[in-house]
Amino acid sequence: MNKLLLGRYIHADSFVHKLDARAKLFLSFYFIVIIFLCNNWQTYTLLGILTLVSVVCSKIKLKFFWDGIRPLVWLIIFTVVLQLFFSSGGHVYWQWGIFRITSLGIENAIYIFCRFVLIVCMSTLLTLTTPPLQIADGMEALMKPLKKVKVPVDEIALMLSIALRFVPTLMDETTKIMNAQRSRGVNFEEGSLWHRAKMLVPLLIPLFVSSFNRAEDLAIAMEARGYRGGSHRTKYRQQVWHRNDTLVMMLFAVVTGLLIYLRK
Amino acid sequence: MGKIIEVKDLTFHYPDQKEPLFDQLSLSIERGQWVAIIGHNGSGKSTLVRIIDGLLAPQAGTIFVDGMPVTPENIWQIREKIGMVFQNPDNQFVSADVEGDVAFGMENLGLDRDVMKYRVDQALRKVNMEDFKGHDPSRLSGGQKQRVAIAGVLTLRPDVIIFDEATSMLDPEGRQDIIKLMTKLHKKGYTLISITHNIDEAAMADRVCVIDDGKIAADSSPAEIFAQEKELIAMGLDVPYSERLKDELLHNGIEVPHEYLTEKGMVDWLCKLHSKN
Repeated sequence: MNKLLLGRYIHADSFVHKLDARAKLFLSFYFIVIIFLCNNWQTYTLLGILTLVSVVCSKIKLKFFWDGIRPLVWLIIFTVVLQLFFSSGGHVYWQWGIFRITSLGIENAIYIFCRFVLIVCMSTLLTLTTPPLQIADGMEALMKPLKKVKVPVDEIALMLSIALRFVPTLMDETTKIMNAQRSRGVNFEEGSLWHRAKMLVPLLIPLFVSSFNRAEDLAIAMEARGYRGGSHRTKYRQQVWHRNDTLVMMLFAVVTGLLIYLRK
Repeated sequence: MGKIIEVKDLTFHYPDQKEPLFDQLSLSIERGQWVAIIGHNGSGKSTLVRIIDGLLAPQAGTIFVDGMPVTPENIWQIREKIGMVFQNPDNQFVSADVEGDVAFGMENLGLDRDVMKYRVDQALRKVNMEDFKGHDPSRLSGGQKQRVAIAGVLTLRPDVIIFDEATSMLDPEGRQDIIKLMTKLHKKGYTLISITHNIDEAAMADRVCVIDDGKIAADSSPAEIFAQEKELIAMGLDVPYSERLKDELLHNGIEVPHEYLTEKGMVDWLCKLHSKN
């Protein structure tokens, strides 16, 4: 339960931990963009080295990255198999009906596999090294330009940070309700998938009701503390851009240049 | 001195109810006074303080806070003068870190970051929570959460602090802690309004208002209010332990003082009684 997407932060004192959340967030997205520039083994090796260096710099055990990949294993296998059997072009090694394995298919399957693993590693790195609140602040900073097109960036950012703040509270509540229902004889672990899905109803309804009550209480408390939305609010938490952040941005720019040079 | 809060001829009617909750209710509170509002559930205690803070709009009547009428135009100035601490410590936390939550009210006012930093430290010191600055609120105890909520209120430098059953969800230790803090704030000159079912809390106040069915049933000092035990039971309140003990002693033919005694006062009196015999 505690391995939810945003709650995986692992505290350590490393180069990557100290980078500004805005830089890390931006570069994580940027990495996903530049990985599509890769189309041969040299370019994939280059980004592989970049990922490896980032991971080593974070001083986080490799096991945690494996935890990030594990939930996606089936998706990765499915995509790789699809590429392997349905690509055409190049030398045909084996064919049976619509299935065939070709040299191009094998190549594509390997590339797709690398692409998946690298992207998952990089985004896991972001969530492992950045506390959720900083990610929320980083998102707010990156969304700022959207204010020009009337996107309520401040409100979205506040919603995001309130949502993060209530994750542990609702987790506790879920455990409490589960125990309460268990004591009345509900079994959440056994039975068919359909049965287990049905067992979620007595869990979700009380959770929903209490969430609505919490939301109302919170709204009143916020209003009593002078919250009225809008952009005249100031920010208490501040993000500081260091020289290292600029350096890492430059490193990524250099890598991009190399990628363009190395690709076919 | 002077009056900090004045409620005149207040009429309030919830849209989904037949009868109006308040009909021509009037109440005034002196600056620096600690007023406890007691009454059974649904008697209108919370509604009354929410109307004072402008969170609910009355159908008729006027409310003055520090001489200023509560109207939609100056509602934000009113809320700067009044701080509120609510019942459920979990449902009033906005931020995932203690200091960010304390600063929330100041962010709303658009204060400078340096001012905020200074006031956050100052407020956390006042409530003895300076060691928990960067903590995650979900790891704090109920009493600690309420202390952080009080710190958040103090940063806005209010005149009045309203405790809307702020101690009702706490364990006995946390409750004593908050009552102690309230006493400290009272001494510093804040006007306190505390809604409570807890008689120990009410006993610390200068004045107790009993609200019953939207009317002020009694308004006097705690000693006088608590001497009328039968009436308190009729209003569905907990009778303080020392009063119950007094009743039992009376039944057993022991002369007891008529006025209200706190638990400590009761202990002192019992000690004296014992040494006399």
